[in-house]
Amino acid sequence: MALSARVRLPERATRGEVVEIRSLVSHPMETGFRVDSFGRRVPRRILVRFSVRYAGRLIAEMDLRPGIAANPYVAFRFVADRSGELELRWQGDDGEELIERGQLEVSDP
Amino acid sequence: MIRSVVMLLPLLLAGIAHAEPSSDARVSGYHGLGDELRALQDDDFANPGMLWVDRGLRAWETPAGAEGRSCRDCHGNPESLRGLAARLPRWNAEMERLEDLDGLLRSCISERQRAAPPEFESDALLALATLVAHQSRGLPLAVDVDGPARAAFEAGRASFQRRRGQLDLSCADCHDRYAGARLRGETISAGMINGFPLYRLTWETLGSRQRMIRWCNQAVRAEPFEPDSADALALELYLAWRARGLALESPAIRR
Ligand code: HEC
Ligand code: HEC
Repeated sequence: MALSARVRLPERATRGEVVEIRSLVSHPMETGFRVDSFGRRVPRRILVRFSVRYAGRLIAEMDLRPGIAANPYVAFRFVADRSGELELRWQGDDGEELIERGQLEVSDP
Repeated sequence: MIRSVVMLLPLLLAGIAHAEPSSDARVSGYHGLGDELRALQDDDFANPGMLWVDRGLRAWETPAGAEGRSCRDCHGNPESLRGLAARLPRWNAEMERLEDLDGLLRSCISERQRAAPPEFESDALLALATLVAHQSRGLPLAVDVDGPARAAFEAGRASFQRRRGQLDLSCADCHDRYAGARLRGETISAGMINGFPLYRLTWETLGSRQRMIRWCNQAVRAEPFEPDSADALALELYLAWRARGLALESPAIRR
């Protein structure tokens, strides 16, 4: 199954406002320990890293491990202090990568 | 996971054998979820089943087949299929057999879109089925079991009562007699079918009604039905009738 994500990114905020990013990515998070119905080992395939950049700065980073269930959901909040691009990036252990972007406009209160 | 559950069952059932049989209550599995999982199901963003709705929508827009037509070219918006999933399976008079959502989708894709139909339980078919079922969310299940569907319905009812497998248990043993009883700290549900296709945490993925039936057959070590067979569809029809009036929840969340 190809990687795909649902993301909810803030588009507008006033300076100093706390905003939220929500993300859900489709990924099997195969541990490499499971066997299929023919007794064959299912190869390991997991996401290893999730990171978020905001106006060029890294604001969140997370290592993912085999114990995490399939289709990981991550949400977090941060302070909107400038306008800029938001970039969410998931990286898999097999080199696959998914990037979602959005623009956040910040205005003065 | 399935394997470990299956191996534990004989032990577990010894533990529930003295539970009180419950009455014929039609209660959605939603009520056995606990607050956190109920909130997850209700959150249209975080509900992982919505990943399949998204994918189904993308497939809906994608041209395919001999004339390069998309579902939208012929059907318009997916909303045009609202109500359909709540009335399935139904009798197809021409074919003289029952058809469920997966079967209808496959036949439309092969006969009208003229593309290769996706395999049963494939991600592509689950995505379309979840998209279509989701359009009926909130509508009460209401299958037609009279007229030509009657014989299949009665066969499905008998199948639900029939003991099967090495554990010699019927569907009714667990979902009628012991519904509400505890099995290893989990409550056995009434086996209502209104959430499908749904996301099961045990599977870490989404599955169809027929996958659930297969899982339960395996749990008692019975032979699974052939996919899309008369036996499989008859039981599905009975299950849909058994859950009549319950609101369709797809994509629901279950343990
Ligand atoms: C070439 C036109 C065409 C295309 C393309 C097409 N369909 Fe259909 N489909 C029909 C027609 C015509 C019917 C039968 C009349 C009806 O019920 O709308 C039908 C019936 C159906 C039904 C049963 C509806 C009912 O109420 O009984 C479903 C479900 C369905 N199609 C889904 C799809 C999906 C999903 C796709 C895309 C993968 C698709 N169809 C592509 C023309 C098409
Ligand atoms: C040994 C007990 C047992 C038997 C026998 C059994 N099931 Fe189940 N069934 C379960 C368990 C456990 C679950 C998952 C948790 C729950 O919903 O109770 C389940 C879940 C279900 C569900 C999904 C309920 C929901 O809320 O989504 C359906 C539908 C179902 N079973 C149908 C059947 C059918 C049809 C049969 C007969 C072929 C059957 N079951 C036989 C134990 C059983």
